[in-house]
Amino acid sequence: MKLDQLQQKLIAAARANPPSDRVPFAFEKRIMARLPARLVPDEWGLWASALWRGAASCVAITLLFSAWTFMAPNIAAPTSDLSQDFENTLLAAVDQDQPADSAW
Amino acid sequence: MERTEAQMIAAVLKGDAASFEPLVAKYSPRVFATARRYARRESEVEDIAQEVWLKAFEKLGSFRGEAPFEHWLMRLAVRICYDFLRGHQRNREMTFSELSDSESDWLERQVTQSEPNSENADAARQLVARVLEQLSPAARLVITLLEIEERPVKEIAKLTGWSVPLVKVRAFRARAEMRKVLSRITKEKYV
Repeated sequence: MKLDQLQQKLIAAARANPPSDRVPFAFEKRIMARLPARLVPDEWGLWASALWRGAASCVAITLLFSAWTFMAPNIAAPTSDLSQDFENTLLAAVDQDQPADSAW
Repeated sequence: MERTEAQMIAAVLKGDAASFEPLVAKYSPRVFATARRYARRESEVEDIAQEVWLKAFEKLGSFRGEAPFEHWLMRLAVRICYDFLRGHQRNREMTFSELSDSESDWLERQVTQSEPNSENADAARQLVARVLEQLSPAARLVITLLEIEERPVKEIAKLTGWSVPLVKVRAFRARAEMRKVLSRITKEKYV
């Protein structure tokens, strides 16, 4: 007889004889008696996971804004002089207070 | 009113450990049947089942409820059984002379008769257990899940955490390993 056939017969025998699913008496009680000792919440673990989640969201938001900054079209008129920009910003409130025709 | 499993799990997660008991009572038969596939001594079977439930309680927070609780539990059980096999690996080689009379009778009948013989199921079960004990932990696990329990490869991949190609490779190697063990056992008698 070939080994393959013998192997198949052994496997067929194993299939035909499934193991028992008998549970020892009061097994669930024994498990329940052991649980409270294990019911210690891992506070550091909870903190760590919360911090990691927070850090991941911050990184995602930073990346999104960075991408948006680079990709968004520049609507403002291009200016070459930083000092002029600064002056315009500083005097923006004064310019708004003056009527358009009294500017000159 | 009967509570659903999801309600019981939610209650356990909120700190009501007593809600865990109905789950233990309901699924212990499956856990014990699985453990008996890999351990022979009843004390070892109980140790495995206990480890499964204590781990399940500890890790219950990681159960997301996407699949049934039973599937999640069986994944845990199979992985604990695999750890057990790795921890209790036996390197001893078995020979034909070590078989009991009923086991060697059964083997002899199977070898000499071409028709399948269902007599003496107990001897067959013992012999299968002996042969499986000679296999490496990965080979034993894959032979049990694939050949004996007839589970699909994809399901085995989910249960074990191995990739589908790895399951196939290990199944191929496991069959070869089993033939090698059988050849060693029968060599003395028939060759």
